[in-house]
Amino acid sequence: MAKIHVNTSINGEVVEFLCEPHETLLDVLRNDLQLTGTKEGCASGDCGACSVTVNDALVCSCLVLGVEADGAEIGTIEGVSNKDQLHVIQQKFLEHAALQCGICTPGLVVSTKKLLEENPNPTEEEARYYLAGNLCRCTGYDKIIRAVLDAAETMRGAA
Amino acid sequence: MSEAKQYKYIGTRSIRPDGYDKVTGRANYGADMSLPGMIWGKILRSPHAHAKIKSIDTTKAEALAGVLAVASYADFPSVADEVVASGEGSSNLLDLANNILAKDKVLYHGHAILAIGARTAAIAEQALGLVEIEYEVLKPVLDVNDAMAADAPVLHENMFTQGLAETPTKASNIAARQEFKMGDIEVGFAEADIIVERDFYTPTVHQGYIEPHACTASYDQDGQSMVWCSTQGHFDVRTSTAKLLNLNLNRLKVIASEIGGGFGGKTTVYLEPVALILSRKSGRPVKMIMDRDDVFKASGPGSATRNWVKIGAKKDGTITAMQALLHYEAGAFKGSPVMMGCMTAFTPYAVPNMYVEGYDVVVNKPKVAAYRAPGAPQAEYAAEMVVNEIADKLGIDPIDLRLKNAAKEGTQTIYGPKLKAVGLVECLEAAKNSPHYQAALKENQGRGVAAGFWFNVGGQSSVTLNMNPDGTGTIVEGSPDIGGSRASMQLMAAEELGMPAENLKPIIGDTENVAFSAGTGGSRTTFATGMAVIEAAQDVVRQLKERSAAVWNLTADQIEYQEGETFSGDNRMTVAEICAGAERTGGQITGRGNINARGAGPSFAVHLCDVEVDRDTGKVDVLRYTAVQDAGKAIHPSYVEGQLQGGAAQGIGWALNEEYVYSADGHMENAGFLDYRIPLASDLPMIDAIIVEVPNPFHPFGVRGVGESGIIPPLAATAYAVSQAIGLPITDLPCSPPNVLKVIQDNA
Repeated sequence: MAKIHVNTSINGEVVEFLCEPHETLLDVLRNDLQLTGTKEGCASGDCGACSVTVNDALVCSCLVLGVEADGAEIGTIEGVSNKDQLHVIQQKFLEHAALQCGICTPGLVVSTKKLLEENPNPTEEEARYYLAGNLCRCTGYDKIIRAVLDAAETMRGAA
Repeated sequence: MSEAKQYKYIGTRSIRPDGYDKVTGRANYGADMSLPGMIWGKILRSPHAHAKIKSIDTTKAEALAGVLAVASYADFPSVADEVVASGEGSSNLLDLANNILAKDKVLYHGHAILAIGARTAAIAEQALGLVEIEYEVLKPVLDVNDAMAADAPVLHENMFTQGLAETPTKASNIAARQEFKMGDIEVGFAEADIIVERDFYTPTVHQGYIEPHACTASYDQDGQSMVWCSTQGHFDVRTSTAKLLNLNLNRLKVIASEIGGGFGGKTTVYLEPVALILSRKSGRPVKMIMDRDDVFKASGPGSATRNWVKIGAKKDGTITAMQALLHYEAGAFKGSPVMMGCMTAFTPYAVPNMYVEGYDVVVNKPKVAAYRAPGAPQAEYAAEMVVNEIADKLGIDPIDLRLKNAAKEGTQTIYGPKLKAVGLVECLEAAKNSPHYQAALKENQGRGVAAGFWFNVGGQSSVTLNMNPDGTGTIVEGSPDIGGSRASMQLMAAEELGMPAENLKPIIGDTENVAFSAGTGGSRTTFATGMAVIEAAQDVVRQLKERSAAVWNLTADQIEYQEGETFSGDNRMTVAEICAGAERTGGQITGRGNINARGAGPSFAVHLCDVEVDRDTGKVDVLRYTAVQDAGKAIHPSYVEGQLQGGAAQGIGWALNEEYVYSADGHMENAGFLDYRIPLASDLPMIDAIIVEVPNPFHPFGVRGVGESGIIPPLAATAYAVSQAIGLPITDLPCSPPNVLKVIQDNA
């Protein structure tokens, strides 16, 4: 089957790639573009480890086809920090020890960023429900939620 | 160790040294390694739970363009009937090979049969569909009761029950029987005013690590073969893989990637030997990744169990006798952790009369792997439920009842030694004094208390501490960092050397740049590898003194070391100065720590759980949760709390929702995170973690491993809270809405 030519933007950079029609955006990111910060936990949209934004919508990249990136703006974990300057969310995850193994962390950081864009002052319950699509098996979520709420407060202070 | 020591670095909440990479996506996990010329391997898995393989025809698959290699059981050079240690247990090599690629019989739905290496994953997948296999389908057994029946289909025709007075001549599914006893339970039960006995069931559960098993392997006939993989113990991967492929250990380099969770499930091999065979046959590096479906069907799980517990007590709450009969599913091959169940079930109690009998039983489910305190949660669940029931029936507070009978220093265990200094009483008191325990409950709410015991292990760890010419150091350790242990290593080295933590960089060496180290399991890493780090740091200090003595024309015993400086009289030198001058005093400085750590201190835990039950739907909400545990000394308190909280969450999932669902013909029907429901952020409250510190006298800083005990109490704490809320006994897990509703309706 012929590969399809896709023009897209990833983390603000113009990117073009060839992909098979059946390839997911997750596979394209990881295998073709070597953007391995986005993780695969289930490939069925249940765990959130592959969370990215497509045109500002938070999605599981395992449920999006690579060809759907054509003309779209993609945001991945690699674009969250500003060169060597960590995003407040990333800094708070470190300060609160909100990761153990760290495999869910990129997805959680991407989802948290979107949460705080939509709702800069979430309650604990709102944060828990917004992040319910991001599974973490290590932490019990306690420290993640603390990091998210602390990041929200810091970002509100800076705004 | 009785008085609390003051530490400068230990006990601080430093930023973990690997944190930056992990929050930015730069950290490389099992599936993140690619090599030039790499191809992809995929595994064909059994559609049947129990069947003989009559024939396999791969002609069409091999003819597909892009297919480069096929691997099957026949590609193992020769497999000996011997036992190799791995992780917290050991595996028989024949069983291991048979589990990785079935020889002539498939024993569970998802059992690997053969592998295909192809230019792309899609071609490999397509080729699997072209393989033709003829099966003779057999009746499966899916439960210990069925498997132990006299007329049950037998999985292994050469398996004869071990541990009986006389080894039977008829093959059965009962792999082994074990018993542990102490005192005389008949005497104990005769002294009792109240006796409670019940049967309990716990389902098959999965560790549920978010990262699927993955590896990249490259076989090199002449020189070095290499495996990059996500594992809790890369030296164990090397041992097993080298044995299976008949390689000398120095011919196989195993590199541990960052690991995306394991919980015991990544202490064995599934893909690594297969990837190496495919690489050998194709001449190309091979990457293999399990799908989530594969992970559920063919890796992990923890044993389903059917356990019976009987406990007798006097009116004043003194427990007089404890008895249990445990049946653990091993999955398709022998080796459930039933022995650990026997040893842990009643260990929180100082009771003179105990008897525990355990059976290891094979069924047509995936071979079980270690799962966080392997074997303990199931047995202690049953024990703690009955202890709670006795407290209720006697009208005694459940914490007071436990305090009255609590194991402490000097308590005789059922498995042999007397306990050394332990912190169960301190944990119970902390739980009793917590604000949680004072809080009132409302209608349809209930509270459960449970204790948990896990041994913890020590074992071999190796560390080299390479000092750099600027006085900084690199700590090379061999224990994969699964939850922040590098931060602990850094803090312990900093404390020992009196140097800022950021000047010491911990890394996980591969199997070639550090000597053998046992895997990350048994809650051993911060304890045992930490001791090796301390020893390596002390070795550095010794050499710093020698070098200073050489410069000052003194002897090493005249030199003191403190806070990153050597001194003697008016002479004074910093570590940086000594290291900068090392080329003039004998070359650079390397500290070594090679130990076999003994004296791992048990870690007791006590949990409190409040739930509310919706009587119309059976849904259970966890309202409040407190986890108390003895850490001996918390090196990095945040990551200790994280272990307590994570263990609690995993145990809550076990208690409330998680279970393998099988069809009658043995198909696993919920092999995905949508239907095998692990706790979500929205399912849980904040989890209060209370760290108790009763120092382990056998560790320089008093450390006890904390990784495992925390998953034990949640089963009974949560299930008993449910039973309190509905006013009816709970025996079977999980307390999922349909199961709880059934209990309510059956008793309406």
